[in-house]
Amino acid sequence: MQSEIELYRPQDLAEALTLLNQLGLDGKLLGGGTNIVSELRDGHHTGKSLIDLSRVKELRGINLQDGYIVIGGGTTITDLIDHPLICTHAGILLESARLFANPLVRNRATVAGNLTDASPAADTAPPLLALNAEVQLMSQSETRWLKLEDFITGVRKTLLQPGELMSAIRWPVPSDRSAGAYTKVGLRKADAISVLSVAVLLEIDATGMCKQAGIALGAVAPLPFRVHVAETLLIGKELKPELIAEASHLAAEACRPIDDIRGTAAYRKRITAVIVRRLLTKILEALK
Amino acid sequence: MKPQVITLHINGRTHNIALSPNLTLLTVLRDLGYTDVKCGCEKGDCGACAILLNGVAVNSCLVLAWQADEGEIITAAGLGTIENPHPLQTAFSDAGAIQCGYCTPGMIISAKSLLDQKPHPTEAEIRDAISGNLCRCTGYAQIVQAIQSAAEKMADGGEG
Repeated sequence: MQSEIELYRPQDLAEALTLLNQLGLDGKLLGGGTNIVSELRDGHHTGKSLIDLSRVKELRGINLQDGYIVIGGGTTITDLIDHPLICTHAGILLESARLFANPLVRNRATVAGNLTDASPAADTAPPLLALNAEVQLMSQSETRWLKLEDFITGVRKTLLQPGELMSAIRWPVPSDRSAGAYTKVGLRKADAISVLSVAVLLEIDATGMCKQAGIALGAVAPLPFRVHVAETLLIGKELKPELIAEASHLAAEACRPIDDIRGTAAYRKRITAVIVRRLLTKILEALK
Repeated sequence: MKPQVITLHINGRTHNIALSPNLTLLTVLRDLGYTDVKCGCEKGDCGACAILLNGVAVNSCLVLAWQADEGEIITAAGLGTIENPHPLQTAFSDAGAIQCGYCTPGMIISAKSLLDQKPHPTEAEIRDAISGNLCRCTGYAQIVQAIQSAAEKMADGGEG
């Protein structure tokens, strides 16, 4: 049954925040709409007031500021693809954007929408986690930055409070000595929901030792997450096949996957070890 | 919520219509008679309802009509006429890229969007561009060929 809704169309950020403040718990943000609009048809969100952010230009854009790449929450997935700053400084995010749903969806879907939706399989989450991203939450009275890692707390659960919207996402520009790798395992090439996605970003110092590591997994736990135990293992050491094998094993052990129509928990755990090993090996080869 | 009057510019015609906020652009386009825009999955998986909204290819089932207020909309039928078809329309017809025809309008919109940005696409770029459009008849080979041949024709003739 088609939902009955109220729809507000603020023209700028100030108006959006005022509306969000007035509506409180009844206010629901509409970004690209690629999840919400189809849910309306099924009767969800009835009685809610949707605030359409598509006209709020301040929420869109990709910039370099004070050593950070900063993107507006309303930046679409298409905006990411082929943007020079993303190509240069966030190859793993670029790869995930290219494999995100399909072009028609990418043209509408936004990064903030993908993150606040907080699906365990959210495509942009693993690369942004590996990049050490932070998210900016804005209300009429306050602006705060949270680590993305802390922001997502469970299946479709986040720390976004009533009255707040995700206005921006930022991450420090990775050093020249860093390299990344990304893989999405789906049941088909395009328009797939992840069975597993892995993003890895390593920084190697002048002596060949691993200085920083980000290893993030999607679709194998209630939320996309970083495998700190595997990262810690790598830091301060030289990447070697034995070390890579051990880190891959730790990553698989950290998964809490479920059986679903796309794959079994056992399969997800198994391929996590395989994919993490392949990505670390790929980085090792690239750094040679 | 009360209906509001919104303005849609569709294939060069302007419509001022009073609508409730929960109607999708897909529903409104079809009710206005633009039935070349097809209703398939209504959740962004099939691409049959694709249109150009302000030059950007989108699934009209995922856009609320109010969000498209003041927007320029082009549907597949709006790209050409029977007497003067768009090169993509001719190429789809010539290559046998149409069987049941249900996916065709969406395919043509995705192809148009691709050629607007990349006039000389590779086969991989064509396949990526139509990856949100499902066809259950053709096996895609003729569709890819049609887009390639339209691209060549448009490059030669400067049309489109």
